[in-house]
Amino acid sequence: MAKKETQKLERVTIRFAGDSGDGMQLTGGQFTNTTALAGSDLITLPDYPAEIRAPAGTLFGVSGFQIQFSSQPVHTPGDMPDVLVAMNPAALKVNLAALRHNGIIIINSDAFQVKNLKLAAYEENPLENDSLKGYQVFPVQITELTREALKDSSLSMKEKDRCKNFFALGMTYWMFSHSMETTESWIKDKFASKPDLIDANLKALNAGYSYALSTEIFTTSYEVAKAYKEPGMYRNITGNEAIALGLIAAAHKSGKELFLGSYPITPASDILHELSKHRNHNVKTFQAEDEIAGIGTALGAAYAGSLAVTTTSGPGMALKTEFMGLAVMTELPLVIVNIQRGGPSTGLPTKTEQADLLQAVYGRNGEAPIPVIAAASPADCFMATFEACEIAFRVNSPVILLSDGYIANGAEPWKIPTAESLPEIKVEYATNPENYEPYKRDPQTLSRLHVLPGTPGFEHHVGGLEKDDSGNVSYVPDNHDRMIRLREAKIQKLADVLPQPEIFGAKEGDLLIISWGSTYGTIYTALDEILNRKTNKKIGWIHLRWINPLPKNLADYVSKFKKVLVPEINLGQLIKIIRSEYLVDAKGFNKVRGLPLSTSDLINAIDEELKG
Amino acid sequence: MANSMINTEPLKLTKDDFTSDQEPRWCPGCGDYSILAQMKKVLPELGIPKEKFVFVSGIGCSSRFPYYMDTYGFHSIHGRAAVLASGVKTANPDLKVFVITGDGDALSIGGNHFIHLCRRNIDITMVLFNNRIYGLTKGQYSPTSEKGKKTKSSPWGTLEAPFNPVQMAMASGASFVGRTIDRDPKHLADMLKRAAEHKGTAFVEVYQNCNIFNDGAFAQYTEQETKGDHVLQMEEGQPFIFGKNKDKVLNWNGDHFEISAFTAEKKPENPARHNPRSGNAAMEFLLSSLTYDDQFPTPFGVFRQLEQDTFEDLLVRQIEFVKQRKGPGDLNKLLQSGDSWMVE
Repeated sequence: MAKKETQKLERVTIRFAGDSGDGMQLTGGQFTNTTALAGSDLITLPDYPAEIRAPAGTLFGVSGFQIQFSSQPVHTPGDMPDVLVAMNPAALKVNLAALRHNGIIIINSDAFQVKNLKLAAYEENPLENDSLKGYQVFPVQITELTREALKDSSLSMKEKDRCKNFFALGMTYWMFSHSMETTESWIKDKFASKPDLIDANLKALNAGYSYALSTEIFTTSYEVAKAYKEPGMYRNITGNEAIALGLIAAAHKSGKELFLGSYPITPASDILHELSKHRNHNVKTFQAEDEIAGIGTALGAAYAGSLAVTTTSGPGMALKTEFMGLAVMTELPLVIVNIQRGGPSTGLPTKTEQADLLQAVYGRNGEAPIPVIAAASPADCFMATFEACEIAFRVNSPVILLSDGYIANGAEPWKIPTAESLPEIKVEYATNPENYEPYKRDPQTLSRLHVLPGTPGFEHHVGGLEKDDSGNVSYVPDNHDRMIRLREAKIQKLADVLPQPEIFGAKEGDLLIISWGSTYGTIYTALDEILNRKTNKKIGWIHLRWINPLPKNLADYVSKFKKVLVPEINLGQLIKIIRSEYLVDAKGFNKVRGLPLSTSDLINAIDEELKG
Repeated sequence: MANSMINTEPLKLTKDDFTSDQEPRWCPGCGDYSILAQMKKVLPELGIPKEKFVFVSGIGCSSRFPYYMDTYGFHSIHGRAAVLASGVKTANPDLKVFVITGDGDALSIGGNHFIHLCRRNIDITMVLFNNRIYGLTKGQYSPTSEKGKKTKSSPWGTLEAPFNPVQMAMASGASFVGRTIDRDPKHLADMLKRAAEHKGTAFVEVYQNCNIFNDGAFAQYTEQETKGDHVLQMEEGQPFIFGKNKDKVLNWNGDHFEISAFTAEKKPENPARHNPRSGNAAMEFLLSSLTYDDQFPTPFGVFRQLEQDTFEDLLVRQIEFVKQRKGPGDLNKLLQSGDSWMVE
């Protein structure tokens, strides 16, 4: 056996890439769970095509999964991978440019045949010329070695070849000193009814591990120490899972049944999938005939007394718009979840974008204010969801929760709260049937007092036509003016009770960064690096959680900095609100590439702003 | 809830209990008044407490209906009443939910929701006010307007074939389908009652006269001299007898319908008899096809009445099943599910 050394690293970014049918998402997911259990901090970024099984070997069919893990806190999936696992030429071609200089490439050399090279538009085999100079290249006959390991298996050749991702995973487990235990028990559980597949996948995994251990080409393995984490119970969680759990938790804490009306759409469908598993928590999922019916059934359920939710992405938001207006008008509690993706129109279904902020804040006919909250990271989706539900009930209003494809599918370790530690959600209804008026308001919250159908003595009407306090249709000019103002004031009043965001860094000075949503991790990492340089510039950062209403302390901070920078994954949406609210000459930093912002790009942009 | 002070005695309700303080704003002479009156008459007969009734409507003249009922009412947006009602009934199956809609609302902008409501068989009574015209937007043709009809938006006549609502409802899987007309209050009340008593999606098409924009659209079914030959009252177990003097019968000869005499002297030996509970899709389709055919009378009454599981009952049963399988939902257990680890 070759002599091997183990090197300690602080942080590593690895990307798995292959055909969309190669199981790269599964491989990445397994690597992530194992890494999490080993105690590293981590963030992941799945990057897959919209086509389910794009023609094998093509560039547009490449599916990737990236994870950064570290002994230090991690806030992004990493700009540039240190390690690329490329299962075919197309995967190499698509991902090479992102790889760090002198990065490691593990290649399935069996896939570098004439046909695949041609599909990937390689004129020459990159393994046979010097185009990969500057990288540490490890060509491994992954297909052949997997077949060899499975030579006694009764599986067909095609089925055997499908196990090759486990061979590759086994190699990376050796390379990063990971245990195979988590994946082994996952395989046994997943294929419980198919012993052939358990056997083959376990063999492939172990064969990959043993191969890496014994072959002479790998001389070094790596070790990333445990990260410090607050004591407690942890699990790995994606943003979409966190939303599903947040909804069920809010249902328990409000004593309500959860009703989800939803139509499948990428990248939001996983919330529907997750919730539909949990009927034993009194979860009623309703797969509607279209996006409109998704929100419409949810609004009906809200009226009848459920914790009502609809989940979607940009195109679905567009379709739900009219119902959102009705929810505003009838003042019923409803949570609208938008997992944003690249737009406009169908856009980039599987890629991320902060596409719909203006649509969320303004995109309805008439004056139709809706509170808007944005989650900052996969784990943060849990509490953001919980808060959205609390506020929906507090003021009897629809609430829009914004997430995006990046944090929806990305994962990170999450410190699991106990049910007891979560606050109770108060839900109140009118109790006095004498002179009950459905649009009479609580003077504190300005919320109208709803009564559930089925309650004797409170029969009344609601609807989309303008009403007076009694619930009767009213065309009186002053009444309309009053109701419009009341509905707006009700939402703006929330700023009195919502927690104010904290400012990070300087409280006054040269540059204030204002951001929202999934850019949190990138901005955190960029500022961390800039502040570590011991710059003499005073930089402050506010990451908004609620965008409607805006926090009360923001105006003050905006006035205390010379410049304001608003980084966004769009052409500048929050910045329009900031500029119009605070009359400040804010600058934007905008990249709309279907990807999270890159830390190094952002650092450059901040440096540039500080220069001038 | 502080309801103890309220003494409701649902079984002694009268039509006045269902009359709201809102003055109807339909045009004088509108067929909607008749439907409102019969609805108020029928509801007390159902033995359901007043607070359990929820009327959901869309947009259009018909959709103002909930304001005139002293029940829970939700006047929603165009085409979406079926959707809202589905959410209400699924969330709280204990409520008695009606959808009030029109031909534009249900079949044009809300066509998709209409067919899916029928498909799911949610226990909702849907009353379609079919006047074959857009009234509230002042006189454009609707998806049930006859081909060639001249209206404000079709001055040279429409080019489109109309929908046949009862046929659509049956094709989509509604478990109760009936047809009636505003000018026959007795029949209208009977249909509303039978539909309301049905468990599952019950669809009633009401031919309703718009005396402003489509006056007389259904006159052949209401005028003394024509109605005998044009109205076929379907009665369960009975032959399809019609005619001013009840002297004609509709019969199926194995290939097509034919009209024969039905008198003391002359009647078919073994006439076809109406059976709305057979689930015989071919016969349902053929009968409903007579709608726009001038050669034959138009059928009224119950086309279909089938007992089938409702969506909300199946959902509740599934929830109970999963609770038995997995135990009732435990939030801590759920939050900690998956691969978790302890940091000391």
